[in-house]
Amino acid sequence: MGAVVGTLTMQTRQRRPSRDKVDDDLELSMVCHRPEGLEQLESQTNFSKKELQVLYRGFKNECPSGVVNEDTFKQIYSQFFPHGDASTYAHYLFNAFDSSHNGSIKFEDFVTALSILLRGTTTEKLQWTFNLYDINRDGYINKEEMTDIVKAIYDMMGRFTYPALKTDTPKQHVDAFFQKMDKNRDGVVTLDEFILSCQEDENIMRSLQLFENVI
Amino acid sequence: MAAGVAAWLPFARAAAIGWMPVANLPMPVAPTNKNKHQDELIILNVSGRRFQTWRNTLDRYPDTLLGSSEKEFFFNEETREYFFDRDPDVFRSILNFYRTGKLHYPRYECISAYDEELAFFGIIPEIISDCCYEEYKDRKRENTERLMDDLEDNKDSKLPNMTFRETMWRAFENPHTSTMALVFYYVTGFFIAISVITNVVETVPCGSTPNQRDIPCGERYTEAFFCMDTACVMIFTVEYLMRLFAAPSRYRFMRSVMSIIDVVAILPYYIGLVMTNNEDVSGAFVTLRVFRVFRIFKFSRHSQGLRILGYTLKSCASELGFLLFSLTMAIIIFATVMFYAEKGSSSSKFTSIPASFWYTIVTMTTLGYGDMVPKTIAGKIFGSICSLSGVLVIALPVPVIVSNFSRIYHQNQRADKRRAQKVQKARLARMRISKSGSSTAFLHSKRNGLNQSLELTGSLEEDQQMKKTTSLLESQHHHLLHCLEKTTNHEFVDERLYEQGYLQTALQNFPSRSPSLSSEEGITGTCCSRRTKKNMQPLSATHTHSHTHNLQELSALHIQCGEQQPLNTSRSSLNLMSDESGSLNCKSSGLVTTAIISIPTPPSNNSRASPDAPPPPNPDAPPLPNPGTDVVKISAL
Repeated sequence: MGAVVGTLTMQTRQRRPSRDKVDDDLELSMVCHRPEGLEQLESQTNFSKKELQVLYRGFKNECPSGVVNEDTFKQIYSQFFPHGDASTYAHYLFNAFDSSHNGSIKFEDFVTALSILLRGTTTEKLQWTFNLYDINRDGYINKEEMTDIVKAIYDMMGRFTYPALKTDTPKQHVDAFFQKMDKNRDGVVTLDEFILSCQEDENIMRSLQLFENVI
Repeated sequence: MAAGVAAWLPFARAAAIGWMPVANLPMPVAPTNKNKHQDELIILNVSGRRFQTWRNTLDRYPDTLLGSSEKEFFFNEETREYFFDRDPDVFRSILNFYRTGKLHYPRYECISAYDEELAFFGIIPEIISDCCYEEYKDRKRENTERLMDDLEDNKDSKLPNMTFRETMWRAFENPHTSTMALVFYYVTGFFIAISVITNVVETVPCGSTPNQRDIPCGERYTEAFFCMDTACVMIFTVEYLMRLFAAPSRYRFMRSVMSIIDVVAILPYYIGLVMTNNEDVSGAFVTLRVFRVFRIFKFSRHSQGLRILGYTLKSCASELGFLLFSLTMAIIIFATVMFYAEKGSSSSKFTSIPASFWYTIVTMTTLGYGDMVPKTIAGKIFGSICSLSGVLVIALPVPVIVSNFSRIYHQNQRADKRRAQKVQKARLARMRISKSGSSTAFLHSKRNGLNQSLELTGSLEEDQQMKKTTSLLESQHHHLLHCLEKTTNHEFVDERLYEQGYLQTALQNFPSRSPSLSSEEGITGTCCSRRTKKNMQPLSATHTHSHTHNLQELSALHIQCGEQQPLNTSRSSLNLMSDESGSLNCKSSGLVTTAIISIPTPPSNNSRASPDAPPPPNPDAPPLPNPGTDVVKISAL
């Protein structure tokens, strides 16, 4: 009986060392990134030095290592939307922010994107939004991509909404969107169609100016 | 919302631009930062040690002293700093709480001093982070126990107006209170000892009669032993009855372990009195006498250590159970093996597997009586394996039990830990509430009509009024959530209201028959749903009533709007904006009329047609109804 117990414990002990080694490797490869100088960033973006300082302090507080990986990003974004599940939309946002597509956002990426969103021209903002919607980066928004985005937005609402969310509510929303945006009815929305349609819609134009004074 | 991510709110709001092209409704006005000053450093002088931090850092927790305007009371005009005459070491932890969002409890700090500082700065201890929370709770528990012990010592001084019954109970429970109690305590102890000794001596063979047979003393001096037994039992009975009389809760006393022991100890005597000296029942009677030995357990009232031992065994029940279970498994395995191994040998004592149990137990506990020994080689091999494994199996749980005993002996109460676990559950519930607090906060503010006022008027006075109740951070966060609602044209409600709304739509589906009805349901549904700034609901209901008189089919919807009224009165609060909402209501109802008229088409086209129909008449009306797109599905389940 004791022998049986003994052999069992020996087996588990053998399995563990390999796992420990993997953990050690991960620990060693912790990345720490420092951003470029303040002057450089100031020239590259539309923010003043003080604003950059405020932004960096907040950034560094949440991510002491200097880079945001997707999980941290999703976690931070989900804190603002406690009702529903913000992880899908955060995923798309992450891909939009991560301009170099290496799986992590550095402070420069962060600040460049914010500069466009808060201080850019309307065209730049619309271009950024088009980039966000175009998940596979092929220059066209098709219905599947748009449905994914809209579903992600609806996911953030959570379950308890009024009126209750139905399963094809996102689809209807996407249909309405394509009705408005797809001028030549070819089933995809190009950048020019997108910018043109948005410029025609006053609501959109007005809402783009909404967050001017955020910083 | 955690304070740490407050710095990321600007990013979240900027990212909301991604929703704008998708939204069909206009967005609400953003809350403006009226007093937009540059973030400044403030100096906190705590007993001479200066701490500096950003003002925004302290503003993260507006319901504490440093985060609210209460700190202005401590502002020193000459030196332009905030002076607090408190402990600077503890203040370090408190300030770190603002910076990192986590409150830590330093181990070297005295628990009551720490509690006082927390109370002064308006921070509740439940938010101590998990890394330090166990330590905090343990120290707090020790402290309260110490206080309670002190209190009990003080309480032992006789209170003037205690009834006779209460005095007696106190005397029983705590013998040191009065001399009488002490005397009683020693007398009962003496008699328990006498009774136990009597039972033991009763069986000793003493003296040999001419019959050449040693008879036990009990049978020789029957009367003497009977007298002793009677005296002891009388004392015990009297004691039990007195305890029963004095107990504050008789039912609870009768269920307690000690009273059961008392009863079991004295019952055999009475049963023996009742039964005659019949031959048949004398066997059973003798068995009953065994229970007299339980009198020895009455000593546990007199010994603290015995009580703790009993308590330990009770609390180590799982370890003991494991020990027993593993032993049983081993015994069965080895007994089986030994039986089959020894089957071949002649005149083997291993006649059956249960007979081999005895051998296995004796071998595993390393007793080795030698009354059963294996003779075959296989039997000897397995026998040696059995004894070796016996040592291991028994040695394993014993240290656990020992450590348990010492832990309990030092800590002294496991019941307090259970009480602490209840507090832990309450703490987890509180943390859950605070985490969901951000969502409920948004729903609360919606109820109070803050968002609605921002949307409709955006005038300065109302903004200022609202700002007083919520911090800027909160209002920005709520604005963000409101934008999301507008993008999807659905609103956040809490679970209860969601279920109510669902039930109502379910009820409503029975009368509806035609598809055209569903489209029109959508519209009036829109009308009702739009007015989910709940205070406006009663007005909208009346408006829809007037309009739906034209359309007989919409009588079913009457019910819906009407039914929603009780819903809304529960949610509505005193609101200043009702008149403005009324005027807006007219406009939108007007739009509803036109929309109803303009739709002869099946529902699928409605979603396209309706956005185009209303804009020409009223381009400026902010709440542009968009019935087709999102709200239609009231009919469908």
